[in-house]
Amino acid sequence: MSRRVMTIALIAAIVIIIAGVYIAGAAMNDASADFSQKSLSPSWEHPFGTDLLGRDMLTRTIKGLSLSLFVGLTASGVSAIIALIIGVCAAFGRGVIDHFVNWLIDLTMGIPHTLLVILISIAAGRGWRGLLIGIIFTHWTGLARIIRGEVLQIRSNHYIAAARKFGRSGWWIMSRHIVPHMLPQFFIGLILMFPHAIMHESGLTFLGFGMPPEQPAIGIILSEAMRYLSSGMWWLAIFPGLALVIMVVLIDKLGECVKLLLDPVSAQE
Amino acid sequence: MLLEAKNIRFGYNKSKLVLDGVSLSVDAGERVALVGPSGCGKSTLSQILAGYMKPDSGAVLFDGKPLPKRGYCPVQLIYQHPEKAINPRWKLRDTLTEAWNPNAEFLDEMGIAPEWLDRYPTELSGGELQRFCVARALGPQTRFVIADEMSTMLDVITQAQIWELTLKTAERRNLGILAVTHSLELAERICNRVALFGDLR
Amino acid sequence: MENEVVLSVSGLSVSFRMYTKGLERRELKVISNLNINVRKGEILAVAGSSGSGKSLLAHAILGILPKNAVVEGDIRYLGEPLTKKRVAKLRGGEIALVPQSVEYLDPLMKVGRQVSPDESAVEKVFARYKLDKSVGKLFPFQLSGGMMRRVLCATAVISGAKLIIADEPTPGMSKELADRAMKHFRDLANEGAAVILITHDIDLALGYTDRIAVFYAGTTVETALASDFDSEDKLRHPYTKALWRAIPKNGFRPTEGTQPYAGSLPDGCLFAPRCELKGEKCACGAIEPRNIRGGEVCCHYAA
Repeated sequence: MSRRVMTIALIAAIVIIIAGVYIAGAAMNDASADFSQKSLSPSWEHPFGTDLLGRDMLTRTIKGLSLSLFVGLTASGVSAIIALIIGVCAAFGRGVIDHFVNWLIDLTMGIPHTLLVILISIAAGRGWRGLLIGIIFTHWTGLARIIRGEVLQIRSNHYIAAARKFGRSGWWIMSRHIVPHMLPQFFIGLILMFPHAIMHESGLTFLGFGMPPEQPAIGIILSEAMRYLSSGMWWLAIFPGLALVIMVVLIDKLGECVKLLLDPVSAQE
Repeated sequence: MLLEAKNIRFGYNKSKLVLDGVSLSVDAGERVALVGPSGCGKSTLSQILAGYMKPDSGAVLFDGKPLPKRGYCPVQLIYQHPEKAINPRWKLRDTLTEAWNPNAEFLDEMGIAPEWLDRYPTELSGGELQRFCVARALGPQTRFVIADEMSTMLDVITQAQIWELTLKTAERRNLGILAVTHSLELAERICNRVALFGDLR
Repeated sequence: MENEVVLSVSGLSVSFRMYTKGLERRELKVISNLNINVRKGEILAVAGSSGSGKSLLAHAILGILPKNAVVEGDIRYLGEPLTKKRVAKLRGGEIALVPQSVEYLDPLMKVGRQVSPDESAVEKVFARYKLDKSVGKLFPFQLSGGMMRRVLCATAVISGAKLIIADEPTPGMSKELADRAMKHFRDLANEGAAVILITHDIDLALGYTDRIAVFYAGTTVETALASDFDSEDKLRHPYTKALWRAIPKNGFRPTEGTQPYAGSLPDGCLFAPRCELKGEKCACGAIEPRNIRGGEVCCHYAA
C-alpha cells in the first residue's frame, strides 16, 4: 500500500473516531445518579468505574469529550477565520493596518496565554460563552502571522501585477488569486489549533474559570476527581484524563496527515 | 508619440540610481528594440513603462496622458518567465479569460491548441505557456506591447514562432512594440529601430 | 587518438510516478532512449528547449532526482557503472555541478569558505578568475551576477573535478559576460576536464564546444560536431536542421508545431508529427542511433 493510501485511511479512521465520540456524547442521556452503585472501581459493567453519586464514568467521559469537541471546534473555527481575515488585511493594507495588526499580535502573544484567556472569559461574562470568546480571541495570532507572510509572498508574484493591469479589482485578486492559495494553510492551521483550544477549555474549566459545575465537561470531572485521589479512587481521574489526551493526540495526528497530503513536496511520495 | 518616457529616474535605494534620466519614445506601428547588457536596468525600465512601478521622477506618457491607474491598461508587459506570470493553480482557460475573451480563430492563429485550455500550467512547456501570455496581452484594448526578454528562456524554434505571431497581430492592429533583449541579432530581426540602452541618457 | 570517455549514458530513461486524480497513479516518462558520451578534454553541449529533459539528465547523473523518479539505463563514469553510492562519494569532488543560480550556495556563509576551507588555495583560484581576495569575505547576496558565475566556476576548479556539469550557466547574461563564462569552461576542458554544458542557447554554445547533443522531448535526436552547424547541409536530423533555420542570423524561420510533452508522446520517432522527411518506418519503435559523418543521429532517413 502506498503512503498516500495509508495517510487517507488514517485520516478517515481519526475522523470516524472523533465524529463517533461527538455523536455518542450528544445522543446519550446524562449519567443518572444511582446510590446503590456508588464509588465502584472499573468492572465490565462500568469500564471506567462510577463516582460518589453512582454515575457511570464512561458516560460522563464521553459526554465531556463531546462538549469539549464542540467548544474546541467552534473556538478554533472562528479563531481561524479571524486569523484569515486579519492576516489577509494586514498583508493587503500594508502601512498603518499592517503595523496595527503586528502590534496586536505581539500584544496578544506577549501576555501569558492562560492568564489572557481567564481575563477575557471573565470580562465576557464567564460560563461557556465567556470561555468560547476567551479562546477565540487568543488563538488566532500564530495563524494570522503565517497567513500574512504567505499573502505577502503571493502578492509579489508577477501574475498578480498582471491581473491588475487587465483591469481586475483588488477584490477579484483577493478572492480569486490569494484566498484559494491560502486555503490549505488555513485548514491545516485550523486543525492544529483544535487540540490547543480543547486543552485550554479543559484546563480553564479545571481551574474553575470555565464551564459551570453542572456541565459534564472533562475539566469539571478532573477537578472533582482531584479531591478523591487521595482516597484511592484513581479511576475518577485516570480514564477521563487519558481519554482527553488520546483525543488531542488524534486530532494533532489528523493535522499532520492533512499537511502531508496538501503539501506539494510530500504529496507525490 | 504613443508611448513616451521623459527623463526617468529610479533607484532601489537612495545611494545608487538604476535609471538616471532615461528618455525614450515609440510611435504606433513602430517596433523598437531596447538592447543592453544584463543588470543595466532594462527590466526596471520596462516595468516602469508598463506602469508596474512608479519612477522616482520623470513621467511616462501614453497618448500624451499618464497611464490609467485603474482598469485595463493599454500598455501590456510580457515577461521573461511565463511560469511566473501565470497562476499555477488555475486552468489556462481561466488565465486567458482573466484578461479578455479571445475567439477560437484568434487562438488558432496564436498556435494554442483547444485542449491546452483545460490543462494546468505544469502540464505545458515554457514555450506553450508563453503563447498564452502573448495571447492574453493582445486584448482588443491593448495598443502597446512591451516584451521583456520574452523569448530568452525559449529554444530558437519557439522563439521564432512566438515572435512571428506577435508581430503579425501587431502589424494588423498597428500596435507599438518595445522589445527588450540582450541579443542584437534578434533585435535586428524583429524591429525597425534599435535603441542601445547606454544611449538613452 | 581519441581521449578516454569520462561519462557515457546509454539508453537512459527517467519517469515519474505521479498521482493524477485521487489515488490513480501513472508513470510519466520524461526521458526516453537518451544517449550521450563525453571525453576527457572536450565540451559537450546539451541543447534543447525547455521540457526536453536537459536538467533532468544532470540530476540523473548526479543522483539527485526526487524520490518518485524511476531511472533505467546505463550511466558509466570512467567505464564503471555510476551507482547512487558511488556518485554520492564523487559529487563535489571528481564530479562537480556548476548550478544555474546563486540559490545553490549557503546564503549565510561567506563565499570563500564555501569554495574551499583552504584559504591559500581559494586565493589562487580566485586570482585566476580575476576575483579580488576580498570577494571571499562577501556573502552570496553581495555578489553581482558575473562575480557569482566566476565563484561557481571556481568551486568546480578547486575540487579538481574530472567531470563538470554546467546547468544553464548563461541565461540573462550579456553577450560579453556569457562569452567570458564560456571561455572559463573552455579553459577547464583544455586542462583535461570533461564538461557537459546544458543550454538552450545553441548560438552561444557553438563557438566554444566540441560536440552538441540535441535533445527533443526527452531523447537525443542527434550528436553533431560543432562545426556541422556552419551550414544546414552538414546537419543530420530534421529537427536539428529546423533549429538551425530558426537561429536569428540563419533566417529566423520557425517550424510549425510544438514539442510533445511527457504523457502524450507519439509512438516511434518523437519528431515525426512535425517532420518533412516522415515515412512509414517512423511510426513504430525506438530508433537506434546511427553514425553518419562523425556524428550520431536517430533518424531512418537522415543522410
